[in-house]
Amino acid sequence: MKISIQINEGPYQHQASDTAYQFAKAAIAKGHEIFRVFFYHDGVDNASRFTIPPQDDRNVVNQWAELDIKNADGEPELVVCVAAALRRGMLDEGEASKNGIDGNNIHPAFRISGLGQLIEAGIQSDRLVVFGD
Amino acid sequence: MATKKFMYLNRKAPYGTVYALESLEVVLIAAAFEQDVSLAFIDDGVYQIVEGQNPEGIGMKNFSKTYHALGDYDIKQLFVSAESLEERGLSIDDLMPLVWEDEDEDWAEKPSIQVVSNAELTKLMSDQDVCLSF
Amino acid sequence: MLHTVNKSSFERNSLQSCLNTIDDSSVILLIEDGVISAAKNTKSPMLADLAAQGRVFALQGDVEARGISSKVADNIKLVDYAGFVDLVVEHGTAVSWL
Repeated sequence: MKISIQINEGPYQHQASDTAYQFAKAAIAKGHEIFRVFFYHDGVDNASRFTIPPQDDRNVVNQWAELDIKNADGEPELVVCVAAALRRGMLDEGEASKNGIDGNNIHPAFRISGLGQLIEAGIQSDRLVVFGD
Repeated sequence: MATKKFMYLNRKAPYGTVYALESLEVVLIAAAFEQDVSLAFIDDGVYQIVEGQNPEGIGMKNFSKTYHALGDYDIKQLFVSAESLEERGLSIDDLMPLVWEDEDEDWAEKPSIQVVSNAELTKLMSDQDVCLSF
Repeated sequence: MLHTVNKSSFERNSLQSCLNTIDDSSVILLIEDGVISAAKNTKSPMLADLAAQGRVFALQGDVEARGISSKVADNIKLVDYAGFVDLVVEHGTAVSWL
């Protein structure tokens, strides 16, 4: 089955991203396809490559990256909402240069895109599961 | 593209958290996908469409006006929980008069908001293909 | 449908709102702080009827994390994440009561 996930909360503050990750991992292990993970609201913070948790704790960002969820064209299907991301200072290279900012922080396993990607995930997937606060 | 029934489930008041605003942003984008879209306002979510919001004093943007645009995007099914209104001492008269224009009836304005009981909401929800919560 | 509830009923009304609009064929999965509502002998036995019908599940990892394994009501079924996935697959549209 094709399953998509929406995550509304950032890492560490709330369990939503952890639960979603465990769910996605279990779904993949059972042979299902994670069509897309869409990061919205503070969920966009899950994509920061600058995240440095203590050594004895999980690295939520890297966990997602290691799931390596990609589409047939090899693009990441860990998708960060652009509007929510810009508002919260989450930028990829393209958005940084477009907005004249001298740095970017989106982990390469994620990509920034529009809200349409969430709707499309709802249309294309057999199930969409939302994790939040 | 296949048409699915999408319900947007809104249970939080505006301004205290960003969920209401960013939910509305999704709904506006969703309109372009020509799906069967409905919005449910339950619990404190009913405050999202209360008339007379004025966030000037808290230095925030008044996005409540944007709900008036939903009709133009052909989003005309806004279901509000009767029980949630009643619990909060509100009635439909406290809500914004949101309308859509029916092109089959010479663009007559029709109300977009329907106050529904929990039993009716139950049926409506059971019918959905996708439920997005914020 | 599968309804997920992730908040304790002592903290928020998510579970009550879910129960207000759940149809006769749907099931509830308690996750995160939602598992607190799975404990027996609480003063808030909202789930008793549905649990008796075998329609309430709780995520085992969340139950264990919170130290309430021995307190979960007998008719609430524990599932792991694979079981969560199965519930999503089997019960159609998923509704999250955030």
